[in-house]
Amino acid sequence: MLENAYLIPFYPLLAFVVIIFFTRWKEKLSSYIAISMVLLAFVHSVFVMAAMLGRHGEPLEKIVTFISQPSLTLELGMYIDALTAVMLLVVTIVASCVQIYSLGYMHGDPRFSRYFSYLSLFTFSMLGLVIANNFFMIFIFWELVGLTSYLLIGFWFEKKSASDAGKKAFITTRIGDLGFIVGILILAAYAGTLNYQQVFEKVSSGALAPGIVTLAGIFIFCGAVGKSAQFPLHVWLPDAMEGPTPVSALIHAATMVAAGVYLVARAMTLFVGSAEAAMVVAVIGLITSLLAASIALTQNDIKRVLAYSTVSQLGYMIMALGLYGVDSAHGHHSPGYVAGTFHLMTHAFFKALLFLGAGSVIHAVHTNDIQDMGGLSKKMKITTITFFIASLSISGIFPLSGFWSKDEIVATTVGHPIFMIFTLAIAFMTAFYMFRLCFLTFTGKPRVQEKFDHAHESPKTMTYPLMFLAFLAIFAGWVGLPWLPHGFSSFVYHEEVHHAEPNYLLMLVSTIVALSGIGLSYLMYYKKSISADAIAEKIKPLYNLSYHKFYFDEIYNAVIIQPLLGLTNVLWWFDANVVDGFVNFIGWLTVKWADLKQWFDQYIVDGAVNGAGYFCMGASWLFRYLQSGSVQFYALTIIAAAIGLVIYRVTPLGFYYYLAGLLIMALSRVLARIFNNNRVKANSNVEG
Amino acid sequence: MGLLSYIIFLPLLGSLVILFLPKDNFKVIRWTSAFFSFIPMLLSFYLTYDYFFAFAGSSQMAYVEGPFQWISAISAQYFLGVDGISVPMVALTGLLSFLSILASFNIEKRVKEYFVFFLLLETGMMGVFVSLDFFLFYIFWEVMLVPMYFLIGIWGGPRKEYAAIKFFLYTLFGSIFMLVAILILYFTSNPHTLNILELIKTAPTLSHSLQLLCFAFFFVGFAIKVPVWPFHTWLPDAHVEAPTAVSVILAGVLLKMGTYGMLRVSWPMFPQGLKFFAIPIALLGLIGIIYGALVSMAQKDLKKLVAYSSVSHMGYCMLALGAFSSVTAMTGVMFQMVSHGLITGALFLLVGVLYDRAHTREIAAFGGLGVKIPVYTGLMVLFSMASLGLPGMSGFVSEFMVFVGSFSSFKIITALAVLGVVLTAAYMLRMVQRMFLGEFNIAKWGGLTEINLREILTVAPLAILTIIIGVYPGPLSNIMKATLENLVTLMAR
Amino acid sequence: MIMLQYLALAAILFAIGVFGVLTRRNAVGILMSLELMFNAANINFVTFNKFIAPGGLTGQIFAAFVIVIAAAEAVVGLAIVLLLYRNWKGINVDRINIMKW
Repeated sequence: MLENAYLIPFYPLLAFVVIIFFTRWKEKLSSYIAISMVLLAFVHSVFVMAAMLGRHGEPLEKIVTFISQPSLTLELGMYIDALTAVMLLVVTIVASCVQIYSLGYMHGDPRFSRYFSYLSLFTFSMLGLVIANNFFMIFIFWELVGLTSYLLIGFWFEKKSASDAGKKAFITTRIGDLGFIVGILILAAYAGTLNYQQVFEKVSSGALAPGIVTLAGIFIFCGAVGKSAQFPLHVWLPDAMEGPTPVSALIHAATMVAAGVYLVARAMTLFVGSAEAAMVVAVIGLITSLLAASIALTQNDIKRVLAYSTVSQLGYMIMALGLYGVDSAHGHHSPGYVAGTFHLMTHAFFKALLFLGAGSVIHAVHTNDIQDMGGLSKKMKITTITFFIASLSISGIFPLSGFWSKDEIVATTVGHPIFMIFTLAIAFMTAFYMFRLCFLTFTGKPRVQEKFDHAHESPKTMTYPLMFLAFLAIFAGWVGLPWLPHGFSSFVYHEEVHHAEPNYLLMLVSTIVALSGIGLSYLMYYKKSISADAIAEKIKPLYNLSYHKFYFDEIYNAVIIQPLLGLTNVLWWFDANVVDGFVNFIGWLTVKWADLKQWFDQYIVDGAVNGAGYFCMGASWLFRYLQSGSVQFYALTIIAAAIGLVIYRVTPLGFYYYLAGLLIMALSRVLARIFNNNRVKANSNVEG
Repeated sequence: MGLLSYIIFLPLLGSLVILFLPKDNFKVIRWTSAFFSFIPMLLSFYLTYDYFFAFAGSSQMAYVEGPFQWISAISAQYFLGVDGISVPMVALTGLLSFLSILASFNIEKRVKEYFVFFLLLETGMMGVFVSLDFFLFYIFWEVMLVPMYFLIGIWGGPRKEYAAIKFFLYTLFGSIFMLVAILILYFTSNPHTLNILELIKTAPTLSHSLQLLCFAFFFVGFAIKVPVWPFHTWLPDAHVEAPTAVSVILAGVLLKMGTYGMLRVSWPMFPQGLKFFAIPIALLGLIGIIYGALVSMAQKDLKKLVAYSSVSHMGYCMLALGAFSSVTAMTGVMFQMVSHGLITGALFLLVGVLYDRAHTREIAAFGGLGVKIPVYTGLMVLFSMASLGLPGMSGFVSEFMVFVGSFSSFKIITALAVLGVVLTAAYMLRMVQRMFLGEFNIAKWGGLTEINLREILTVAPLAILTIIIGVYPGPLSNIMKATLENLVTLMAR
Repeated sequence: MIMLQYLALAAILFAIGVFGVLTRRNAVGILMSLELMFNAANINFVTFNKFIAPGGLTGQIFAAFVIVIAAAEAVVGLAIVLLLYRNWKGINVDRINIMKW
C-alpha cells in the first residue's frame, strides 16, 4: 500500500472526471461517488500511515520523468515521509468529514453534483501537493489548489461578492506564486535540479552560495505567504468566506491554507541554511498572527472571526517554523519544527470543527451576524457542545489537543523574548475572541426572536462529522504528549529527532493566559459585568482600526488596484493612439507622399508633355493668320517668291533687302489683321 | 511527389475543385473543402507519428524532397523537408485548418470564394513550414497574404477594409526587408544559392556588420508577423475584424510563422547578430508580455482582449528566443507556439460561438451567463485557465519552460516577466467574472442557446490536446529535442 | 520688228494680268486678268516659234492648246463663280475665305 501511495490523489480525481462527464445529472449518485472515493483515499492514507510508522518514518521516493532537458529534468514523483503521511491523513479526514457534512448542508442546491466534483478536484490537488517530491510538482498542485479554491469560493457565482472573492483569492495567491516561481527558477538555475532531496543536499553541503539560499528561501516563502494568507497577502482569506461554509472548512481552515505551512516545513532545509530567510519567515508569521488576532476581536460575522483566527493560527505555525530555522542555523536545538507541523495537524481538526459548527449555525438561522444570534444552545445541543470543545481546544486548554501543540509553539519562543511576549498576547486574544463568539452565539437571550424561532438542530449528516471532529479535537493532540517515548516529535522531525520535554512552568503560564482570556470574555459577554461597548467607546480609534481590518483592502485598492486599472487604460490609450497612431501616421504620410507625387506627375511631368502641345498651339495661333483663305494673298506670296528668286539670281544682296521688305509688309499685315479681328469681336459683343 | 508535397498541394487542388462546383450548392462546397483539409490533416498527423518513431532521434531533415532545379537562372530549387521544429507546426496547421473550416460552415456570404481562399491559405501556410529553399519559402510566405487579405476584407466585421489593408501592407512591409536580406545572402554566397540548409552552413562566415544587417532585416520581417511589440498594432484590428475561423488561423498559425522563421532562418544563420541583439530581443519580449497583458485588461471587446492576450503570450516566445543558449528555452518557445495555437485558437472559436448568438462581443453586455449556458461557460473557463497558465494544461508547461530556460540568461528580465502570469490571471478572471458570473439578465439573454454539437466538436480536440500536452509533454518535447539541440549548437557558433 | 518688242508686249500684258489677279475683288475681273496672262504666254509661244525655230510649228500648236485650255478654265471658273454667287449673293472674293483654317 505504501508503494502505490501515488494512487491516493487519483481516487478523488476519478470522482471528479466521472461526475463531470457522466453522472452530473444524478445528484445523489454523484455525491456518493465523491464521498466513497475520498473515503477510499482516507483508507489508503491510513495504510500509508501504518506503513510509515512501521518503518519509523524512513522516506520513500518514486519518480517518473515529465520532461527531460539537457540542463534540467522536470519530474513527477512521490516522496513519502512522516510529514507527508500525517498530511495525507489530515487532508483525507477533513475532506471526508466535509463531504459528508455537505450532503446535508448543500441539500437542494441547483449545482449539487458540480459542488461535489469541485470538492473532489480540490482533494485531488491537495493530496497531489502533499505527495509531491519536487518543487515543480508541488507548484503544479499548488496552482490547481488555487483553481479549485477559485471555483469553490465563487461557487455561488450569482452573488457578486462571491465571484469577487473567488477572483481575489486566485489573484492574491498568484501574486505570492510569482515569488514561488522565481524561487523555483533560482533553484533550477543554481542547483540544477528541483528534486527536494537533491536541492537539500546541495544546500546542506554548501554547494549553493548562502546568498542564493537566502534568496531562494525568501522567494519560495512568498508562495507560502500567498497561500497561507500571511501578511501582507492575507486579505483574500476573510473574503473567501463567501463560499459555502463546508468549503471554508475544507479549504480555508484545514487544508489549502495549510499548504503554505507545509511548504515551509518541506523546504525547511533552505531556511536552516539561511538564518536571514528564516528570520523573515518568523517575523512575517508573528506580524500576521498579531494582526489577525487583533482584527478578530471586533468582527461580527461568525465566519470572519473564524477566518481571522485561521490567519492568526497560521501565523503561529509559520512563526514556529521560522524560529526553528533561525535556531538551527545558529546550531541550537528547537522544538519549532515539531511545534509548527503538530499545530498544523491539531489546528486542522479543531478549525474544521469550528467552521462546520458555524455552518450548522448558519444553516439554522440563515445569517452570519453574531449580533443577530444568541441563546442557540437551547436548540442546538450537539453543535453547541462541539463548538465549545473546539473553542477550548483552540484556546489551549488542558488537555485538549490544542493545548499540546500551542504549548510546543510557546516553548519554541523561549530563546526569543519578544516573540514570546507577543505569542502569549496572541494566545490571550485568541481565547478572548473565541469565547466572545461562543457566548454571543450560543448563550444569553436570543437577540432576534424570529430567527431563533426558526432555528433547529442540523440533520445527522451534519452532526456526525461534528462529533467525529470533536473527538479528534480532544484526542488528536495526544499523539504528541511530551511524556510519550515515541510521540509525534520522534516521528515528524527535521534532520534529527527532537525529544519533547514537558516544561511545566510554560504550561502553567499559557494555561493562565488562556483562562484569563476566557474569563474576560465571560465577564463581558456572559455576565455582562463589563460593558463591551463602553470599552470600545474608550479606545475608539483602536477599535475602528481593528473593526475595519486595518484598512488593508482600502489601502490596496487605492495604492495598487486603482492605479493598475488606470495604468491599463493609459496604456490602452497609448497603444491605440501612439503606437497605432504612429503606424497610421506612417500610412497617412505615405498617402500624402503619394498625393505629392500625383501633383508632381500631373503638373510637372505631364505638364512638360502638355507644354509642348501648348507651345505648338501658341505658335500656330500666331501663324494661322498667314492662312487667310484669300487665294489672292497666296498668289501674291507665290509671285513675290518668284520675284525674289529672280532678284536673287540677279543680285543676291538685293534679295535680302527685298526679303526684309516683304517681312515688314507681312508683319504689318498680320498685326493689322489681329487688330481688325479684335475690333470685329468687340463690335459684335456690343451688338450682342 | 512525396508526402510533404501532398500535404501542401491537396488544399490547392481542393480550391481548384471548388472553383468548378456550382455556386449555390453550399453543402457540397462545404463538405468538399472539409474533405480537402481533412486529408492533409490526417497526413500531417501521420507525418508527426512517423517522424516521432522514425526520425525524432536525429536532427537531420526528414521526408526530404529535392532539391530539384526549378529556376536554374537564380538557382531556385524545389526543396522540401521537415525536422523537429516544423513537424509540430505542420500538425498544428493541419488540425487548425480543418477545425476552422468546420467552424466556417455557418458562413453564408459568397461561400464558394470563401472556401477557395481558405484552402489556398492552407497551402501557403503548409508551404512555409516545409520549404527549405528561400525562393520557395518567400513565395509561400506571400501566397498566404493574398487569401488572408480577401478573407478579412470580404467576410470581416465593420472595419474590415481598414483591417485588411493594414494587415496586408504591414506584413508586406516586413517581407520586403526579408527579401532584401535574402538577396544579400544570395549574392554573397559562392556559388550563388538560395538553399536554406546550405546558407545556414555558410552564412556565419559573413562579415560581422553584414550579419547584423541581415539579422535585423530578417528580424523586422518576422517580428511583424509574430508580432513583437511595437509592431503589434495590426493584430488587434485584424483579429477583431476577421471572421471567427480566420482569427483562429491568424492566431494559431500565422503568428507562429514569425517565430518559426526566426528559429529556422535568422537564429542559426547569424549567430553574431543573435549575440548582438539577444538582450534587446528579450526586452522586447518582456515589454510584450507586460504591455500586452495590461492593455488586454483595459479591453471592452472580448475578441480584442483575446487578441491582445496573443501579444502577451507571444512575448514569452520572444523572451525565450533571446535566451538562445538554452535548449530548455527553445523547447519553451516551441511549446508556447503550439500551446498558444491551441488555446487562443479555441478562445477565438468560443468567442465566435457567442458572437453568432448574441451579435455582440462587448464584455459589459453580458453577465451571469454561467446559469444559462453552463457547458459553454465551462469551456470558456477551461481555456481561460489554460491561457493564464494553469498547470495540467499546455500553457503552464510552455511558460514554465520559457521561464526556466530564460532565467539562466536573463535573471531580472525573467523575474519581471513572471509578473505576466499574475496580470494574465487578472484580466482573464475579470473577463470570466464579468461575463459568466454574477447576476443573469434573463430579460436580455433569456433566449441564448447552448453551444451546439458541431461547435463543441471544433473545440473539443483543442481542449483534449491542451490537456494532453499539459499532463504528458514528454512526446512533444522528444519530437523536437534533437533538432533543438542541434539548433542551439548552431546558434552558439 | 525685232523679237524684243514682241516679248515686251507679252511681259506688259502678263504684268497687267498679274496685277489684275492680285488686286481685283471681282471674281469675273480676276478671270479676265487670267485670260490676259494666258494670252501673254501665247504671244511668247508664237514669238519664240517665229524667231527661234522658224521652220517648226510647235509654238503655234502650243498656243492653240493654251487657248483651248483657257476656254475650259474659263468655263470651270465661271461655274465656280456662279455657285459662289448663288451661295453668297455676290462675287466679291474678300468674302470667300472658306479655305481659311
